[in-house]
Amino acid sequence: MKLRKRRKGILSRLLRALFFRKVPAKIGIYGPPNAGKTTLANTIIHTFVDENEDIGVSTEVPHETRRAVRKEGVLIDLKSKSVQNPYLNVSPDSNVTSTAEQKPREGKSKLKLDIVDTPGLATKIDFHDFMAFGLEEKEAKKRAKEATEGVIEAIKWLDDIDGVLLLMDATEDPYTQTNIVIIGNLEARSIPMIVVANKMDLAEAAPQRIADAFPQHTVIPISALKGENMGELYMEMARRFR
Amino acid sequence: MEIKMDLISEDKINSMGSTEKLRFILDGVKSGNIVILEGGLTSEEQMKLIELTMTEVSDDFPGIEISGYQAKRSFFNLRRKPRLTVIGPAKVMRTIKKDKDLISAVVSAV
Repeated sequence: MKLRKRRKGILSRLLRALFFRKVPAKIGIYGPPNAGKTTLANTIIHTFVDENEDIGVSTEVPHETRRAVRKEGVLIDLKSKSVQNPYLNVSPDSNVTSTAEQKPREGKSKLKLDIVDTPGLATKIDFHDFMAFGLEEKEAKKRAKEATEGVIEAIKWLDDIDGVLLLMDATEDPYTQTNIVIIGNLEARSIPMIVVANKMDLAEAAPQRIADAFPQHTVIPISALKGENMGELYMEMARRFR
Repeated sequence: MEIKMDLISEDKINSMGSTEKLRFILDGVKSGNIVILEGGLTSEEQMKLIELTMTEVSDDFPGIEISGYQAKRSFFNLRRKPRLTVIGPAKVMRTIKKDKDLISAVVSAV
């Protein structure tokens, strides 16, 4: 029964891709809390939609995003100045899987996507963790409750997602159960994904560790905050999610 | 304070339906036990367990700590076979090191 359901999912995806792909693909930004999902979503919106528009607020407090937010019809234009800017395409870690040399084919440089910023996935949410950031107990409990709902919402969104940017903090150990569970689910559902090693601007970042942990997937190191290496990510998105 | 560990055989887990399995695990963990599953849970089952856990998070139960080996591919590399999964209350169990073939966790009584 489960297998049949999964096959049906793959078949309907294939049929949609072949005959019905009129609507933009929905690309979910997934990952654990504080990986920089909202920062990445904001950077994408600033580059291709409006530099003054934010999809959400990013702070150091975990679970800041507690509802999935969808930005429709984001036109990824690989020929736009901000993507062509060489500063933004520099990848300081040449050992990490890199696809920047491959240029998009002529006429295939634009891609319209819906970007979905999802709440961070976690297996535990303790209101005491929010109090450590200065929140009052009542507010911390309220936030914890909303965060649990956010996790459920992020999981439910997987049913409607066409592709995933899986964000990991390059300064942290990538071999966490949350990352393994997300990757396992995406593989089982045949949802295309790009693993994004964020925070490469920090001295302790080790994107190669992520590439070593998940060698079967393309890993793109970026700094969403500083906009570093975003060009490479956009090109990979254009290839993977078209 | 004593902490109980339940080591559940693959046969016992396989005899349960999907919902029954997750309920069994979460009830055990909410009681303060550490549940070790021979054969483990698939990624889909783990995701469902996280979802179910989130519906039951409270002031006293902040959630679970879950750890497991990555699934082994078998049958012409098509089928993913989970190996072992350890689930415990987040309040008492914490994974400190994990790689493809090693899970190192600390358990501390509250």
